[in-house]
Amino acid sequence: MIDFEPTEEQALIIETVHQFAVNEIRPVCREADESGAPPKSVVEAAHELGLVANALPEAQGGGGERSAITGVLIAEELAWGDLAIALAILSPALLGFPLADFGSESQQSDLLPGLMDDGFVPGSLAIVEPRFGFDVYHPHMVAKPDGDEILLDGVKCQVPWLDGGRHLIVIAKTASGGLAAFLVPRDIAGLKAEPESLMGLGGLPTVELTFSGVRIPKSAQLGADDADIRRLIDRGRIALAAAGVGTARASYEVALEYAKQRETFGQPIATRQAIAFMLADMAIEIDGARLLIWEAAAALDRGEDATRLARLAYDQTTRIALQVTDGAVQIFGGHGYIRDYLPELHLRNVAGFSSFEVLSLI
Amino acid sequence: MAIDFELTAASKLAQSHYHSVALEQMRPISRKYDLAEHQLPTEWVDYWWNEGRSGPRNKSGKPSDGFITICLQAEELCWGDAGLYLRMPTPALGGSAVSAAGTKEQQKRFMAPFRAKGGHPVWGAMAITEPQAGSDAAAIETTADFDPETEEWILNGTKIFCTAGEGASTQDGGFIVVWATIDKSAGRGGIKSFVVMANTPGMELIGCEKKLGIRASDTATLRFDNCRVPKENLLGSTEVRKKNPTQSGDKGFKGAMATFDASRPIVAAMATGVGRAALDFLIEELERQGITIRYDTPPSEQTAIERDVIEMEAELQAARLLTWRAAWMMNKGKRNNLEASMAKAKAGLAVTKITQKTVQILGPIGYSKKLLVEKWMRDAKINDIFEGTQQINQLIVARRILDYPSAMLR
Repeated sequence: MIDFEPTEEQALIIETVHQFAVNEIRPVCREADESGAPPKSVVEAAHELGLVANALPEAQGGGGERSAITGVLIAEELAWGDLAIALAILSPALLGFPLADFGSESQQSDLLPGLMDDGFVPGSLAIVEPRFGFDVYHPHMVAKPDGDEILLDGVKCQVPWLDGGRHLIVIAKTASGGLAAFLVPRDIAGLKAEPESLMGLGGLPTVELTFSGVRIPKSAQLGADDADIRRLIDRGRIALAAAGVGTARASYEVALEYAKQRETFGQPIATRQAIAFMLADMAIEIDGARLLIWEAAAALDRGEDATRLARLAYDQTTRIALQVTDGAVQIFGGHGYIRDYLPELHLRNVAGFSSFEVLSLI
Repeated sequence: MAIDFELTAASKLAQSHYHSVALEQMRPISRKYDLAEHQLPTEWVDYWWNEGRSGPRNKSGKPSDGFITICLQAEELCWGDAGLYLRMPTPALGGSAVSAAGTKEQQKRFMAPFRAKGGHPVWGAMAITEPQAGSDAAAIETTADFDPETEEWILNGTKIFCTAGEGASTQDGGFIVVWATIDKSAGRGGIKSFVVMANTPGMELIGCEKKLGIRASDTATLRFDNCRVPKENLLGSTEVRKKNPTQSGDKGFKGAMATFDASRPIVAAMATGVGRAALDFLIEELERQGITIRYDTPPSEQTAIERDVIEMEAELQAARLLTWRAAWMMNKGKRNNLEASMAKAKAGLAVTKITQKTVQILGPIGYSKKLLVEKWMRDAKINDIFEGTQQINQLIVARRILDYPSAMLR
């Protein structure tokens, strides 16, 4: 039956995560963006909430409550605080969920418990390649079989790379032309990590990775050749779209408050239709995109093919997040262009949605 | 509960039932009544009165999903033909007004002719707009004066753009809900709504508009010249009025405006139906030309048409989900004033653009009257105008999100 109300448990999670975003994330988002990394204390505190652990398999000590719907609700609230810090907090999922979905029992028992221990352990996933025309379904990086080993050559970018991580997942094309995921240690010979500097996502350290004859055992491939990497991409798009809606909502809210304070000709600018209608359109588009995301997440939870819905939701979010954050900068006027205020940060963050892939997972 | 996007079995049944009705009863005569403007579409009206209005046979025995089902019906039937949908013999907006503002007794009395078996088709309608007052409903000039001797209200004024007004004013048993002021000095506080039964003396049908689209729909001009209606026909509670008929709070106006909380999601669903008609046809036509939309192609490889179609699909689905949310809130008894306007604003604009883009993409065949694409573009536009224009709905949304009273934002 059509229903738009989160469960009581989900409502509680939303409230908890929102309070965390208000108290812990938002106050440090500017500092994180300028310094290039999230404060360690914040990711550690977020780790205590168990947001990723709750969704990991029970057999490995997780909560066993994987739900795409719950995942998008969390992603939106965290990203409302700050997109980069949200992606940092959720980064263990980049390692944990592919392992849970496709990993062997020994891969799972080797690595998953570590993601749920006392200290925060980040995850990394490498999928995007740095060139015009990159096609996520047809990466240039090929995993070449060589005896009992696999050879990886190629370049990846936009790879989250927080301190303390020891493994990453890399997506490459197999010899047969399919997509596969491989588990690679960060310190393997032939792998070079170059810190990136991007327009946005300042609070999330990322790297460009060059693989030069990296050798991994065949067993490092997650699942067989038929591991459904396309579904992983769908999951990534839906998760990231939810974070995009969270960012847009944050921008809309600060613009709305500002418009009620700022006066021209003796009246708050929010009393002018030119401003009020922009805000109304923002509110409508944010809600519309969120519902597309929820619908796509619901399809995932029912085990249905979600590629089309994920595409609709992601593309719509990419469009409206840019519209909303740009509108917020505009409403702030000259102040919107100043780094003392949030809209310019939001705008820089969502401008990346046209190139991001699988920066988060549900 | 839990977030869920699955229709109930009964809703799915209704959806497929009304889709068949649209396909079999409406599409074949869609062009006919676009051309024969102002002519009663008798085959459709008779079908609806004799068979259609009883709805699908719900063998599951499960209850329908309330407003969600109503929205599904509106979407499917407007996928068939939006003009014919508006010409159906139903209580329509008049019914929404009676439901929103009427007492139980009034609801029973005015709806009875629509529930009667057999008989002849009847229509309901609502008359708000005047030559000098459209979106600004509080500025209406039609007056209602109380005659204490006969205990009747006397209506004077002119109403335009009354959808289904021809049928509702001339076929016995039907009615029109007329908005009028009982005290001009009281502003919107003086606005009340009155049920005027068809063929009431003093109510005159002046004629019907010639329109851009939805030509099968009778958009009437009505004149009220000392038109007397019994006091029982004022919608809402009569308690205050007994003591002082001119004493007015805001309740009458708010009651009347509450009609829109119920009707806007339906209009949004209608819009979605017209938009989907165009988009479905476009995708089918592209497939006939060997073009399949790829959802897994990177932007650099996409064709312009793929990009357009995917965006149109997302826009349409966003509109549909916003509509369902507003309808779901109606079912839950939650106040949905904000969400209804959001859905209406989104759907009205989305389908205006979708149908225009479809005409553009299909080129000469989109522009030709051989097909219905050009008609859908003309039909779609009304959804961004009636039941509150795009701008009026933006205004409502803006006031709500800013928490501004109407005096702060006009």
